[in-house]
Order: sequence, then structure tokens, then C-alpha cells
Amino acid sequence: MPVSPAVELSNVWVFFEEKAVLSDVSLTLESGGTLALLGVTGTGKSVLLKVILGLIKPDAGEVWVEGHNLTPLADADLAPYRRRMGMVFQEGALFDSLSVFENVAFPLREQGMRDEAAIEQRVREVLGFVEMEHAIDKMPSELSGGMRRRVAIARATVSQPCLMLYDSPTAGLDPVTSHTINVLLAKLRDLNSVTTLFVTHRLQDAFTLANYVYSPETRDLVPAGSDGVGRAPVHCRFLVLRDGKVYFQGTSLELARSEDLYLRKFIA
Amino acid sequence: MAEGAIGGYFKRRVLAVQEFSDLMGNALRLAFTPPRYLTDLLYQMDAIGFGSLPIVLLTGFSMGSVLALQTYRTLANFGEVGLLGQAVSVSFVRELGPVLTGLMVVARNSSSIASELGSMLVSEQVDAMRALGTDPLRKLVAPRLYATLLTLPLLVILSDIVGMLGGSIVSVYTAHLSAEQYWTAAYQALDSSDVFQGLIKPVLFAPVIAVVGCYCGLHTSGGTEGVGRSTTQAVVVASVLILVLDFFITKFLIGIKFA
Repeated sequence: MPVSPAVELSNVWVFFEEKAVLSDVSLTLESGGTLALLGVTGTGKSVLLKVILGLIKPDAGEVWVEGHNLTPLADADLAPYRRRMGMVFQEGALFDSLSVFENVAFPLREQGMRDEAAIEQRVREVLGFVEMEHAIDKMPSELSGGMRRRVAIARATVSQPCLMLYDSPTAGLDPVTSHTINVLLAKLRDLNSVTTLFVTHRLQDAFTLANYVYSPETRDLVPAGSDGVGRAPVHCRFLVLRDGKVYFQGTSLELARSEDLYLRKFIA
Repeated sequence: MAEGAIGGYFKRRVLAVQEFSDLMGNALRLAFTPPRYLTDLLYQMDAIGFGSLPIVLLTGFSMGSVLALQTYRTLANFGEVGLLGQAVSVSFVRELGPVLTGLMVVARNSSSIASELGSMLVSEQVDAMRALGTDPLRKLVAPRLYATLLTLPLLVILSDIVGMLGGSIVSVYTAHLSAEQYWTAAYQALDSSDVFQGLIKPVLFAPVIAVVGCYCGLHTSGGTEGVGRSTTQAVVVASVLILVLDFFITKFLIGIKFA
């Protein structure tokens, strides 16, 4: 029996008033794969993520997640599917009025978990994964930008989703913190086999996640498939959006070797 | 061109009324199905009800005193100072208590609801909530609506009491009436229709106060500047709606000869 792709968009159109924000976008992301979504500001990348989550309804086309067509579903019916996806918003979107613990525990409580001891154990576990356990009692306003992203990743992954969507997870961060976030993304993807779709302006981040894997021994990134110790290559594809249209789809090598003037300018 | 613009304006206004009614209807309906957010409801009751208490009591007391002072001058001209208790109690219970309390709660809570939800919207917290499988209508709107519905009538009762108390102090020290004279006139003037009118108004004002705040907050656009705009809009719209609604409720109750 063939396995359904984790995400499949077919001929999706989204209009904001008269303007087409996404024009005839089609893409497929295989289960366990990685897709880097690139494009300049205002080209529809964040909208595309919200379309996959069902936060924005497409005006035409279909959105399939794990073999289920989400397009005709009402908001209330989307909840079970959304819980199988984790989304990290650009600035983290942590709930200001809740502590780090309550933010991370939020999805568990919403799913009906009532055992406080089990909730605390899971929250500590996932905060440990993102190395933020020390901030468990802090409020979001007390955290730096990088720490907020890490807590947002913890919140998005606490329910063990099989698909993670990241909206510019390293935007506005310094190179060291950006590297920490990239390590976390790869760690989740490689240790938990989570399908990953991430939006980024930083081509360097995209190439890093396409060509490196997480090593539990060094707790850092190592080159994929080339170290002779059996590390699998990353199944990472790149998609470039331009004015809401798919301008390029391919591998990192194909992107790097492209002679297209726009892409050359984009990756320069 | 101008016709199109005017048509577009009216379409937007009609759409806003439709969305507002939808929001109110859905939020009221959601209380009858799980999940219910009782902790959020209690938190909002504390913030909206208990939090509004000082300003409501202060306004009620002050207006009761001023009303007694002003009415005393008029009644003295006719030699009917003994009716001061009646004038204050009837005015307060039927009209001033509900409307003043409503306007104070609008100023304090419609604005804070709009700014809180507006900030959550522009910082994508509302989207994050939906992404985590939570219905913002249940989590954010319904608790605020029911908290206002449960606490506003209580605030009105307290405002009526302190308003009449303010009137009694003025009556005793300025009009030189005895406290017994004032309170007997105040009590005997009130009948069940006055109390009904005074309590039905907050029940009808409450959804307006809460849902206007929520609607303006959840329709914020334009970043932090938009949050400021939504807050102002919430206070203006809710205040005007309360005054208009008050007129029609009073007219209706007088029309059916209940008041």
C-alpha cells in the first residue's frame, strides 16, 4: 500500500481582496522529508504555512495532509489534524499571560490531559530537549528572542506531531543563536523522524539543514551521508516562491547550479 | 466611482453587523457544549466584575450625591423636599444605575478586552491558539461574555445602593431630612417594575460590552497602531450602543405598560 505524502497542495490559490497571494501553488512533501521554502518578503511563504494548517482557506485548490483533504473542513473539524502538526511562528507567538510551563503545557491540557504529574513530566522532558528547563517558571517577557523560539519549539512539539512547520525560525537572531535553532530543527527531524517544512530568508540555514544531520554524540550538526559512519543523506528539497507562484522546485544542488538570473541573484 | 465607494462602505457596515451578530450568537451558544473554560470564566469575572467595583462604587456614590443636590433645589421650590428619596431611588434604579455602570464597565473593560485580543491577534497568538487546536471563540470570547453577563447586574445593584446612600447623606446634611424619612420615601417609591427595568438593562448591555470589545480586538489590523484604533473604536461603539439600547428598552417597557 503506497504511503500518502505528509503534505500535498494541488493548484492552490489564495486571494486577499483582489490580489492573488498564492497563484496555482502545487507541492508535495514526503513523510519524513524536509522542504525549505524560500522567497523574498511578501511573496506568500507564511500564507502557505497557514494554508497547510487550515488557518487560511484556499480560494481554489486542495490541501491534503497525511492523505486527508483538509479543504472542505470547518475550523472545529480541523482541530484533530492541527494537533498532528506543530507550528512555530515567526516571533514564537507565546501566550504573554502564561508562564513558560503553562505555555508548553497548554496543548496537553487542551487535549484533555488532566494528570498534573504526567503534564509536568512531559513539559520538563520537552523543555530539556530544547535546553530551556531552567526557564520553566519565567514569563515570555523575560526571555530573549532565541529563548522564545526554543520555548515555541517545545510548545509545538509537546504533543509529538509528525509534521513541523517553521515560519522563519531564525529571523532576527544572531548567528550563534541561529545555529542553536538549526541544531534543534535537525535534532527533531533526525531523532524523531518529524517531517519538516521551514520558511527562511537565510539561504545559509536552508543549505545547513539540507546537508547536515544531528549527531547525538557531538550534540551538534555533522555533514550528512559523507562521514562514512552510515549517516543517511537528508531528503531535502527546495521551493522558491516568487510573487505567490512556484518559481523553482528541486534539490540544493539543482538550486546551486541553476543558471536562472533571478535564482542566481537570490542565492548570491 | 463615488457610488461604488458609498456602496462599498455600506457593504462593509452590513458585513460588520452580520459578523458581530454571528460572534455574539456563537459565543452564547458555545456555553452549552464542551469544552468549557471555567477557570478562564472565573478569572474574567474577577477582572471584569471585581476589578470594576471601585470605579462603579465611586461613580454611583458621586452621582447619587449630585442627583440629590440638584433635585433638592427643584423640589424646595415646590415645598416637596420630602420626595427627595423617591426622586433619587427611582432615577437611580430605573436609569442612572444601569446606564452609568454600563458606561463605566465599557470604559474599563471593552477597551481592555479590545486591546488584549488585538495584541494577541497582531502577535499571532490567536493563530497559535487555533494551530494548537483551540477555538478562540470558546477560549477568549465566551468567558468574557459570560463573565460580563454574570457580574454586570451585581455591579448595577451595588451602584444603586451606593447611589441612594450618597443621596441620603446629602438629604440628611443639606436638605435636613431624617434618614428614616429619606429611606422610607425611597423604598416606598420603588415597585417590582422599577427593579425589573433596572435589572433587565444590564443583562442586555452585558453582551454588547463584551462582544464589542472582542469583535474590535479580533478585527484589529495594522500592528500596534491598529490595537490603539481598535481600543478607541470599542469604547465609542459600545458606549453609543448602550445609550441607543437604553432608549429602546425603556420605550419598549413603557409601551407594554410594564414600566
